[in-house]
Amino acid sequence: MGVRKAKHGWILTILFALISIAWVFPIVLVAINSFKKKVYISRQPFSIPVDKMFVKFENYVRGIERIHFFDAFKNSLFITVFSVVAIILCTSMCAWYISRVNSKFSKGMYCLCLFSMIVPFQMVMFTLSKLANMLHLYSPVGIIPVYLGFGAGLAVFMFCGFVKGIPLEIEEAAMIDGCNPLQTFFKVVLPILKPTCITVTILQTMWIWNDYLLPYLVLDIKRWKTIPIAIQYLKGGYGSVDMGAMMAMLVLAIIPIIVFYMACQKYIIEGVVAGAVKG
Amino acid sequence: MQKSIKKYFPIFALPTLVAFTIGFLVPFIMGIYLSFCKFTTVTDAKFVGISNYLKIFTDKTFIHALWYTALFTIVSVVLINVLAFAIAMLLTKGISGTNVFRTVFFMPNLIGGIVLGYTWQLLLNGILAHFQKTLTYSSTYGFWGLVILMCWQQIGYMMIIYIAGIQNIPGELIEAAKIDGATSGQILKNVTIPMVMPSITICTFLTLTNGFKLFDQNLALTNGEPSNMSELLALNIFNTFYGRTGWEGVGQAKAVIFFILVAIIAVIQMRLTRDKEVQQ
Repeated sequence: MGVRKAKHGWILTILFALISIAWVFPIVLVAINSFKKKVYISRQPFSIPVDKMFVKFENYVRGIERIHFFDAFKNSLFITVFSVVAIILCTSMCAWYISRVNSKFSKGMYCLCLFSMIVPFQMVMFTLSKLANMLHLYSPVGIIPVYLGFGAGLAVFMFCGFVKGIPLEIEEAAMIDGCNPLQTFFKVVLPILKPTCITVTILQTMWIWNDYLLPYLVLDIKRWKTIPIAIQYLKGGYGSVDMGAMMAMLVLAIIPIIVFYMACQKYIIEGVVAGAVKG
Repeated sequence: MQKSIKKYFPIFALPTLVAFTIGFLVPFIMGIYLSFCKFTTVTDAKFVGISNYLKIFTDKTFIHALWYTALFTIVSVVLINVLAFAIAMLLTKGISGTNVFRTVFFMPNLIGGIVLGYTWQLLLNGILAHFQKTLTYSSTYGFWGLVILMCWQQIGYMMIIYIAGIQNIPGELIEAAKIDGATSGQILKNVTIPMVMPSITICTFLTLTNGFKLFDQNLALTNGEPSNMSELLALNIFNTFYGRTGWEGVGQAKAVIFFILVAIIAVIQMRLTRDKEVQQ
């Protein structure tokens, strides 16, 4: 029995190893093609670039120049980091307020947050983009409150779920010892909320970094592009697509994600599980 | 304690409330109102009653997109969940290399829809080129292209949730079933599946809404080609807004219908699967 089981596991390992290779193949294929001369990419996507097909980093240089990749990277990074910080800070405070103050406002806000989670973006996209335009929120700084507003639903909901589990006595003790609510929140509640903060951070980062439609409609894209917008821009209107530059930019877009994934893999997977259980 | 917290309302709740009002509440209410108007920008809206809604049903692209989306969602929900569950079952058997496989399978999920779309466009067009076809040759190719892409992106995510669910099943339960002489098929049907029902609920919910709301991947992979035949609902709404002048009101009305559909599906699905969950 023991021997049979081990043999069985060995076959499964090989099977999964093969599937894993197939799994990363699309990304490897893009990486291979990013070093190929552009005319060969659609004609011979599966051949290895050698001799006259091989162009070193030409595609990268051309792509970076055409879409100003590093500007787009900076914008994406700025928007993602500050939006997520704003979401974590503001919604955790709001969720604590909602959970601790028993009023009509609290109940109403909670219900609205729940409700907003099922509303698809298309429902509000036109009016949101016009409103953001009227309020001059079309810069990377301006888009932060928009993300805070649209991302608040899920974040408030998740924080509320966790705050309910914190015993009231801890906070009361802090208050009796002379903390005002702000001190109580930052010195007592927020440290307890840390695991939820990580979960919300992971989920919101994945969303905002990859988001295309919201920044495309809200930002003044002549001046500020994020990475997804820049890549879509490369496709342009009606002309033929520069496949070489496209492949190179796809690689550059994927690299930071893989680095991020490798660095915080444990948190990402735990965050996804925790987020799913609460959601 | 309540009273002293209440005094801090402007610090604690106001920022979120203001952002929520700008980012969601006002656009949502305005959206509902505008679906009954004819307009090109928000300021020139004229009330026209339900004529926008009536116009939707004469729009063939919308009806097509509706069926296309429904079919796409059903196929992708079934495929993703069955495959993710199967992989999760195999990866909880303790075979060597489990962590590596889990890492690899989950990775595509972090990559954004636009990047994914162009990545798969290259691969699928490369394969189809052998048959002198491209992805935009007919809507069937676009359909299966999207299904494959979605499976690749989402299986890892759902697998992680299923693995967590399977690992939560107490070992004694499976042991007891084995001692009672249950076959592995019976264990799967009568022990494992009922016990992971919460995971199934959440995974079907996520795949359902993700499939229904899919936009980026659709835009990048086929952009609705050929002639709007591979257009999903979200892209159809977007094109009605920004591709046809004078149709903004109809676009908004479509968006309202879209919202109602998503809400109904979400509520029904939650009810159906929640009922089957076992109390622990």
